[in-house]
Amino acid sequence: MSVTLENVAVKRRGKAILGPVKMALSADGFTIVLGPNGAGKTTLLKVLHGVERLSSGRVTWSVPDEDAREAQAYVFQKPIMLRRSVRQNLAFPLQLLKTPKAEIDTRVTDWSRRIGLEEALDRPATRISGGEQQKLALARALIRDPQVLFLDEPCANLDGRSMREIEELLMASSASGTRIIMTTHDLGQARRLASDVVFLLNGQLCEQADASTFFAAPQSDEARAFLKGDIIE
Amino acid sequence: MNDIWAGIEAAFRLIITLDSDLVEITLRSLQVSLSALVIASLIALPFGTWLAIRRFRYRRLTIATLNALMGLPPVVVGLIVYLLLSRSGPFGVLGLLFTPTAMIIAQVIIITPLIASITHQAMRELWAEYHDLLISLNTSKSQRILTLIRDGRRTLLTAALAGFGRAIGEVGAIMIVGGNIDHATRVLTTAIALETGKGDFALALGLGFVLIALALLVNFAIHALSRTEREGRW
Amino acid sequence: MTRFLGAILMLIGVQVHAETMRMAVTTSFHNSGLSDVLLPAIEADTGLEVQLLVVGTGQAIRLGEAGDVDAILVHSKSAEEAFVKGGYGTHRREIMYNDFVLIGPSTDAAKVQEATDAATALRLIHDTQSPFVSRGDDSGTHKKELSLWALTSLDPAQFGDWYNAVGAGMGASLNTAAGLNAYIMADRASWLNFGNKQDLRLLFAGDPVLFNQYAYIPVNPERHAHVNAQATAQLEDWLTSPAASALINGYTIAGEALFTFNATP
Repeated sequence: MSVTLENVAVKRRGKAILGPVKMALSADGFTIVLGPNGAGKTTLLKVLHGVERLSSGRVTWSVPDEDAREAQAYVFQKPIMLRRSVRQNLAFPLQLLKTPKAEIDTRVTDWSRRIGLEEALDRPATRISGGEQQKLALARALIRDPQVLFLDEPCANLDGRSMREIEELLMASSASGTRIIMTTHDLGQARRLASDVVFLLNGQLCEQADASTFFAAPQSDEARAFLKGDIIE
Repeated sequence: MNDIWAGIEAAFRLIITLDSDLVEITLRSLQVSLSALVIASLIALPFGTWLAIRRFRYRRLTIATLNALMGLPPVVVGLIVYLLLSRSGPFGVLGLLFTPTAMIIAQVIIITPLIASITHQAMRELWAEYHDLLISLNTSKSQRILTLIRDGRRTLLTAALAGFGRAIGEVGAIMIVGGNIDHATRVLTTAIALETGKGDFALALGLGFVLIALALLVNFAIHALSRTEREGRW
Repeated sequence: MTRFLGAILMLIGVQVHAETMRMAVTTSFHNSGLSDVLLPAIEADTGLEVQLLVVGTGQAIRLGEAGDVDAILVHSKSAEEAFVKGGYGTHRREIMYNDFVLIGPSTDAAKVQEATDAATALRLIHDTQSPFVSRGDDSGTHKKELSLWALTSLDPAQFGDWYNAVGAGMGASLNTAAGLNAYIMADRASWLNFGNKQDLRLLFAGDPVLFNQYAYIPVNPERHAHVNAQATAQLEDWLTSPAASALINGYTIAGEALFTFNATP
């Protein structure tokens, strides 16, 4: 499903955090949201997910809002682990939907294998490593087969191996048709994954383009500077 | 020191001989306080949790009131419940005064704010941790409350046990609404007050030791029954 | 957990009794131990289970006024008469009496032992400013003590630090007196049954003004329809019967008789 943002702005205590932004995202692809700290990347993700209060403007999905929310999942920068076992963390989103128990068991087993945690199913999720936690959070987001997946810096603070495993999961998921919208700091990761790029600066949409175009020939001075590694403000 | 030794001796004598009066008042203490605990928990755990996740206009005022109610003097609660349940009071027709039910009512009033307040404190932290995830998963209000209660059960257990401790050790309110009637509403604490009044310190202290042992026993039993210790350190 | 809840719910069973009635009695009556003798005999003879609420006379009368008990057994004649006059009780029936005694430290600094009557004894305590513990709880015993001070024309409201109004029951007040090694007025039964005497001794007794009349008053069913009038009548018959007389007069502690039955048939 595709989405359009019309003059979306988020202000908190009189300070503009995002917008006004006007943009459209197509129904498929792997969008990477780039920009320096404080550019409004996380806020944009939350606005799209429908969990941020808008000060003005409108977000319109190609389907009714309720259906849009149902078909989305979100992975946070710092994985939020329920104080339960790995198995129960995986099962949780399905239990909320009252999925039959047998199906929950099948899917939990399947996903625990994909993330390499089948041996750890009965361990407390709060006591596995950071990389394992982020993989678990990703599997927990994907277990409902969402049409749209948001990820907010999922690989911040992770070692190389965990990052590689997560990128593999994301590419597989994207290949099977999941629409992915993800923020990152890591330009290398952006180059590896993006099909298109949204570049934010100071809450404004600075540039939106295909990945190849953006990385090869950025239109704005700011994007050029950012890609070169300069500090921009 | 002599009185304390005599008290310990009395406690042992009462327990070893399974003194029938002791068994009776001990069971009644348990009956009253555990009933009060169950009822108060059914009210306070969801309410405290709801308070932690719900933003509304008078929330701060509600929480301040709750914390103030936590310090309610039991004897005042007893007096109010007495006046309500008295034959001359609004609920007199129910004939509940001087029954274990009246004692349960008084104890529920005393411990509900305590359990709700501790619950609120604990749940606020857990909610801060879970907030983003539960919002993102599009959960309903009741799903959020249930998830928090389930995952915060260890702290909730602590809250409930604090309530139980206050209930079983309480004497001021149940003395007034129960009346300390032999074979009908006498419990450990009112029996202790009675024996102290008679100057029989050894027996009073013996009953006191039984009360302490009982409180410890219930604590261990509830911990064991809910198997929280075996599910890891959460 | 479910099994545990089930166990609790089992505990909340309702207790079923035969015919029961509630009677408010004074602490001094209960602490004497006489109730432990009388109640089983009443149940055996009449099948009536009497539930005792052990309180001060003031509270006993309040419970009767509110209709929270079926009868009261207290010892404060003027309060009892006001209770009946106010329509709260049907009538007042005298059952028995015991007596009050003056207790004090064995050294007896006030020389109460040498007094000829109760008023003189109290005056001696006052004159020597010896520590004295008063119930101060509006109970029958407290009222009795005040009436004795009235005989001496002294006003307890004007007394100094030596006069301690503790606002507690007989036993608690005796505990305080033992702790302070002070003089105190107590009913003989409570004194004999008291387990924490320490240095206290019985110093003065026998003046007729110290006699303590107990009376039984059924709560008026016209005012409180739920009162078990049949049971209160049954209990009154028993309390004034020869069986009661034998038990009351025969009750002794340490070889001393405590109560004198004086109900008129």
